Amino acid sequence: MALLEVRDLSVVFQRKGEKPFTAVDGVSFDVDPGQTVGLVGESGCGKSVTSLAIMGLLPRRGNRVGGTATFEGTNLLSLSDNQMRERRGRDLGMVFQDPLSSLNPVISIGLQVTEVLQRHRGMKGDAAKRKAAELLDKVGIPDPTRRLSEYPHQLSGGMRQRALIAIALACAPRLLIADEPTTALDVTIQAQILSLLKELVTDTGTALVMITHDLGVVAGLCDEVNVLYGGKIVERAERHALFNHARHPYTHGLLGSIPRLDAPKGEKLVPIKGSVSDNIPWDNGCAFAPRCPNAIDDCRQTMPVLETDGPGQLRCHNPVELADAVREGAR
Amino acid sequence: MTTAESAGTQESTVDTLVSIQDLKVHFPIKRGVVLDRTVGYVYAVDGVTLEVKRGETYGLVGESGCGKTTLGRGLLRLVEPTSGHAWFEDVDLATLKGERLRKMRRRMQMVFQDPLSSLDPRQSVESILVEGMRAHDLDKSKESTRRRLLELLDAVGLPSTSLRKYPHEFSGGQRQRIGIARALTVEPDLIVADEPVSALDVSVQAQVINLLEDLQNEFGLTYLVIAHDLAVVRHISDRVGVMYLGGLVEEATSDALYAEPLHPYTRALLSAVPVPDPEVEDARERILLAGDLPSPANPPTGCRFHTRCPWKQEELCDTDRPELREFRPGHRVACHYAEDILAGRIQPHEVRAELVEEHGISPDMPLVGPASVTEVLE
Ligand SMILES: Nc1ncnc2c1ncn2[C@@H]1O[C@H](COP(=O)(O)OP(=O)(O)OP(=O)(O)O)[C@@H](O)[C@H]1O
Ligand SMILES: Nc1ncnc2c1ncn2[C@@H]1O[C@H](COP(=O)(O)OP(=O)(O)O)[C@@H](O)[C@H]1O
Ligand code: SF4
Ligand code: SF4
Ligand SMILES: [Mg+2]
Ligand SMILES: [Mg+2]
Repeated sequence: MALLEVRDLSVVFQRKGEKPFTAVDGVSFDVDPGQTVGLVGESGCGKSVTSLAIMGLLPRRGNRVGGTATFEGTNLLSLSDNQMRERRGRDLGMVFQDPLSSLNPVISIGLQVTEVLQRHRGMKGDAAKRKAAELLDKVGIPDPTRRLSEYPHQLSGGMRQRALIAIALACAPRLLIADEPTTALDVTIQAQILSLLKELVTDTGTALVMITHDLGVVAGLCDEVNVLYGGKIVERAERHALFNHARHPYTHGLLGSIPRLDAPKGEKLVPIKGSVSDNIPWDNGCAFAPRCPNAIDDCRQTMPVLETDGPGQLRCHNPVELADAVREGAR
Repeated sequence: MTTAESAGTQESTVDTLVSIQDLKVHFPIKRGVVLDRTVGYVYAVDGVTLEVKRGETYGLVGESGCGKTTLGRGLLRLVEPTSGHAWFEDVDLATLKGERLRKMRRRMQMVFQDPLSSLDPRQSVESILVEGMRAHDLDKSKESTRRRLLELLDAVGLPSTSLRKYPHEFSGGQRQRIGIARALTVEPDLIVADEPVSALDVSVQAQVINLLEDLQNEFGLTYLVIAHDLAVVRHISDRVGVMYLGGLVEEATSDALYAEPLHPYTRALLSAVPVPDPEVEDARERILLAGDLPSPANPPTGCRFHTRCPWKQEELCDTDRPELREFRPGHRVACHYAEDILAGRIQPHEVRAELVEEHGISPDMPLVGPASVTEVLE
């Protein structure tokens, strides 16, 4: 049994006077200790809502959450707010895109780290302080002892993100969910943070769910990748398989859309036509059909289901032929 | 203004459209209860010299806050340069005022990152597009204007029914198409595009990149593209300039820059860009830089990169600012030791991260007025 088992997770937003909107639609995946699982897709495909639902951080009103998220035998979705808060401090860590909004602006960085240490690891006074400085140092914050007394707004974006990771590490979580942790950062700082996360997974066996829109980040970090489209997983594969021969037309299209640093200049990009606003509802067929170059009649009539395809899984009536799917790396 | 009128103000070769010479833009940092004291300067652009050739795409890359946007705005005189020059063809833009500046602006248009905030939500697409034409007397007759607008919509891939709609009725990618169409209405020679695709999803980003390329061919445009994404810049640019803390540190053709980066910062930057290919990712070596970008209000002495440079040497690096010099034809670099680094005669070493104070003001110092320096600045 995996450390985290998400089964058939769905989130429906329902506002008064509006049609219900299904943001996450039957998502299932597993995460093992020491494993990094990626959730990728473009904005609005349901990545953040998936992670917030698992963490019990969705707003209390206006949505319906279905399915289960079983962490070491306990369905997190059935826990009370209090129980969930306790869990979040102890076993589950979370790092967000915008560290400023997840740090308390009026409490010093030091206190925010020591608080976690005191509450969840029973550390006291100086010991907690020393440990806090050690954690800041570990995540690469220069002059950590001095930084303890500073407030979030006094730190740069990269340092804030490190502080947030330090706080997440303070409880030595067994599962860390990182939602676009480097999207707001410069690329050299991103490289630092990603190497930090990688180290964390290898050294402590923490399981990592990496949420990102950046396929480059996924290629370097994730063991297994889930591609989301319109709230559903459309392809799941081990990372080499995914990048070497993506079979879902959407994944294939994404890979053709990204300019690669190592591609010779002059190579035309092959975009996906249209945009997410062209989607059709899943219950009328495949949401991607209006944008899909492979669409056949079936696609507008029956919803494709996620089926085993070699070692991976695929939700598609007419996937890219294996021969066409192989990408000759631009190297 | 015709070129003949100002001929002689600068020698220029035929194919240079824009020439920027030692351009500086410094912003004063104000303090005090009524912000009447200048306590320092943000050296946003601090001596940049470059040329953009007619018909090419020049890409400007660098990390947040290194001065890319300010350079573009300084060129177009949307912000007043502190010193230095910018020529457009033979015209020294610094000498232009009033009507002549306004006329010149027709030929240099800007496309912004966030199409929604740069498009007036209360204006229909038609009125957004006609506005610039009217301002520059290109709105000759109802008939011809309409024909022109339809042509442009077609060129940027929007249906003709868009004219009567409003910006909020469009997706992000479509709005960027409107922003591009608006720039094109006045038939510019130069388009300065500041992060034109960074707010877009990758699938849509690729559409807009292709569109920019097609339009360049169709209308003979020259682009100055500003972006933080090196992969995007490499893809669309003929030549690339890398900025660090207000200065250019390297400039080369897009291919040469990738094949043989000379400046340590460029090397680090290239090595940090993720490539969507696990084999490449697993095999490549990263040059991880320690610490943050220093504040442009308090730039390091000597080479501005020396606080983070893994190749930093005892001599020169922290005392003398290296000039951007021609290393080989078409490839300029600002590093004292570029030859030694390239030849492997000096090796990288570990760098300890230095504390970076935001805008050079110690966080311990009580702030007067608004809590953030940037707020005061803006
Ligand atoms: N109007 C202004 N007043 C004062 N300082 C400014 C002003 N505009 C920009 N700056 C400062 O000048 C520096 C360069 O800013 P600029 O916007 O040119 O950077 P950039 O390279 O475009 O960054 P980004 O990638 O984040 O857009 C920054 O430190 C910024 O805070
Ligand atoms: N609180 C909310 N109320 C209503 N709709 C929401 C809410 N949060 C997210 N959504 C919608 O759910 C969809 C998925 O959102 P999200 O998970 O944030 O996407 P992303 O994949 O970019 O992280 C989007 O269409 C978004 O607008
Ligand atoms: S199911 Fe049909 S429309 Fe959907 S991705 Fe596959 S081929 Fe395309
Ligand atoms: S001049 Fe010195 S510090 Fe600057 S980039 Fe070259 S080696 Fe590094
Ligand atoms: Mg999100
Ligand atoms: Mg900018």
